Amino acid sequence: MTVESTAAARKPRRSSGTKRAGVKRTPQPKATEPQLVQLLTPEGERVQNDEYDGYVADITPETLRGLYRDMVLTRRFDAEATSLQRQGELGLWASLLGQEAAQIGSGRALNDDDYVFPTYREHGVAWCRGVDPTNLLGMFRGVNHGGWDPKTNNFHLYTIVIGSQTLHATGYAMGVAKDGADSAVIAYFGDGASSQGDVAEAFTFSAVYNAPVVFFCQNNQWAISEPTEKQMRVPLYQRAQGFGFPGVRVDGNDVLACLAVTRAALERARSGEGPMLVEAFTYRMGAHTTSDDPTKYRADEERAAWEAKDPILRLRAYLERESTADEAFFAALEEESEALGKRVREAVRAMPDPDHLAIFEHVYADGHALVDEERAQFAAYQASFADAGMGTGTGSGTGFEGSAEEGK
Amino acid sequence: MAVTKLPLAKAINESLRVALDTDPKVLIMGEDVGKLGGVFRVTDGLQKDFGEDRVIDTPLAESGIVGTAIGLALRGYRPVVEIQFDGFVFPAYDQIVTQLAKMHARALGKIKMPVVVRIPYGGGIGAVEHHSESPEALFAHVAGLKIVSPSTSADAYWMMQQAIQSDDPVIFFEPKRRYWDKSEVDTEAIPGPLHKARVTRTGTDLTLAAYGPMVKVCLEAADAAAEEGKSVEVLDLRSVSPIDFDTIQTSVEKTRRLVVVHEAPVFFGSGAEIAARITERSFYHLEAPVLRVGGFHAPYPPARLEEEYLPGLDRVLDAVDRSLAY
Ligand SMILES: Cc1ncc(C[n+]2csc(CCOP(=O)(O)OP(=O)(O)O)c2C)c(N)n1
Repeated sequence: MTVESTAAARKPRRSSGTKRAGVKRTPQPKATEPQLVQLLTPEGERVQNDEYDGYVADITPETLRGLYRDMVLTRRFDAEATSLQRQGELGLWASLLGQEAAQIGSGRALNDDDYVFPTYREHGVAWCRGVDPTNLLGMFRGVNHGGWDPKTNNFHLYTIVIGSQTLHATGYAMGVAKDGADSAVIAYFGDGASSQGDVAEAFTFSAVYNAPVVFFCQNNQWAISEPTEKQMRVPLYQRAQGFGFPGVRVDGNDVLACLAVTRAALERARSGEGPMLVEAFTYRMGAHTTSDDPTKYRADEERAAWEAKDPILRLRAYLERESTADEAFFAALEEESEALGKRVREAVRAMPDPDHLAIFEHVYADGHALVDEERAQFAAYQASFADAGMGTGTGSGTGFEGSAEEGK
Repeated sequence: MAVTKLPLAKAINESLRVALDTDPKVLIMGEDVGKLGGVFRVTDGLQKDFGEDRVIDTPLAESGIVGTAIGLALRGYRPVVEIQFDGFVFPAYDQIVTQLAKMHARALGKIKMPVVVRIPYGGGIGAVEHHSESPEALFAHVAGLKIVSPSTSADAYWMMQQAIQSDDPVIFFEPKRRYWDKSEVDTEAIPGPLHKARVTRTGTDLTLAAYGPMVKVCLEAADAAAEEGKSVEVLDLRSVSPIDFDTIQTSVEKTRRLVVVHEAPVFFGSGAEIAARITERSFYHLEAPVLRVGGFHAPYPPARLEEEYLPGLDRVLDAVDRSLAY
């Protein structure tokens, strides 16, 4: 088989000076890695940061233990969901393993009246918002497309189409500003998503309308199999500058730094200074989703290097160093984790399949004649099997327990 | 003869390999198509053998993927782009509909747009939202695009070659739930025309017309109907734009009954177009109205309901019975 490079086969038509087709262009060297905002080293040592220390000055030993608890329980929930997928209870799972600090740090920076627009991986943020974790599992089990009322917790439904929600967040924030409210909006997205046109448009709109929105990008280094080099040439947070608002890169495995930086960005937004981009530099320790096979594209050593920066171990080291938590605390938390795992397991197994007529529910708010007609036809068709004593074979549930009604 | 039994996905892979090998202008582009070989492994091994210049992992931006493919085509390349899943084509819909489809006409035929947009489509794999849709009608409504969907490995292999050789943009809908189905491919055969329908099974009482993932269901329905003494003819349309109405007409004028089956919603779907045209062409031959079986006017449901939503054997047979009852 010939592996011919078309570029190489073509003759240059212009003389030197211009870049010629056929000349292999060397990729530009990567911009030197910028400084991360970091308050806790990977060894769990507190480092001073003049700009951001003030934002966590109020943190008590109790809040620190709370952050630790949030991360541990979120990880436990995530691990349970992963194994439930393996057991066939869930169709798919998108694990947040490794991203706990980014999510808990930013999630705990929010006020109740702030509004969150997540992707499909923000289980830790959902936890901070008080969304029952079992509600997150319905869409992964395949019984609904959401499963919670976004307004109850100011936590929007998961968005699967990459980047779409950054525009929703911007629009919501424009509404907040119009209303004269002093709350803020936060939009989560990934490094891969930053390549989408929607994200660029969200940056444009938010800047032009000075919308109170924080763009929180979790740069977990990968978009399925594509490393960040396939998405960008300059560090992501620097992109904000070109749109006219500030960007900052924070150590995404440092929960304290994530808390401080997000608080600062939210405060800015609330006080009318407009959008800000936070890039949480972190790592996806697991597969992209349970359908993915990372051994096809990334080296084990890379994960090992990031394991040394594990967000949970880091905070634990700090808690132990400062004698902020004792054995009893860790033991009680372990028990609480087990209980959470058990509750999640049981809730998922008990989750009924939706009734087959749920297909026709909530298609329109005001109804639609065609939907009514199709529902009636389908009901009659299903009933014909029951009359014939054959059963329908599917649709075991009788009510709408598993549908989007749940949790409202 | 070089006949091998291949899964449909592998047949496409082999076809892309041949295209890359024979024409240096052919490029593969998309998200994760390189090292990973695509999320369905359709491009598995191609980057390894043809390099990153020919098999290009793109940024995560569908409008960018199709928009740059248009530019590459203007420059003489023949890009074959992969959209990861049906529901993610919409960021690129603007480029496909407003640019790709119209470029040739706007340039009064002076430029050609040999771009293939591959879209794994349809349901039945238990996926989450946006991973199971059948948006072919949304594209068929747009002049300037050609739309095909193979149902067998041989068609997947040959139709892909033909789509790449076409100077028109082709939206290549791959029935993802058939990716793993194996059937025979003769890599030295002389393929028939890209847009011609095939009579897959002959019969005398009724015609079932389908394409892509539903052909298999229709063949099973025809088998089941045969057990009840009904002789059902099955057409594999293969192409949604253009549609080979002549083959449908010939079949219908023999059987006098037609049921069109597709996964996409029935409302404003390709079945509606077929029903209308065949009614015009063969009004006096029909013993029953043309019936349609397909999805509902509802969002594609969560996975646990997709068996209800997708036309299965029973719903096809129900339509067969209804047609024969006229
Ligand atoms: C518009 C669109 N294109 C493609 C996909 C398929 N897809 C799902 S997740 C993903 C990678 C996303 O990477 P990134 O934005 O970095 O977020 P991460 O999943 O790593 O958190 C892709 C390509 C999608 N969901 N939406």
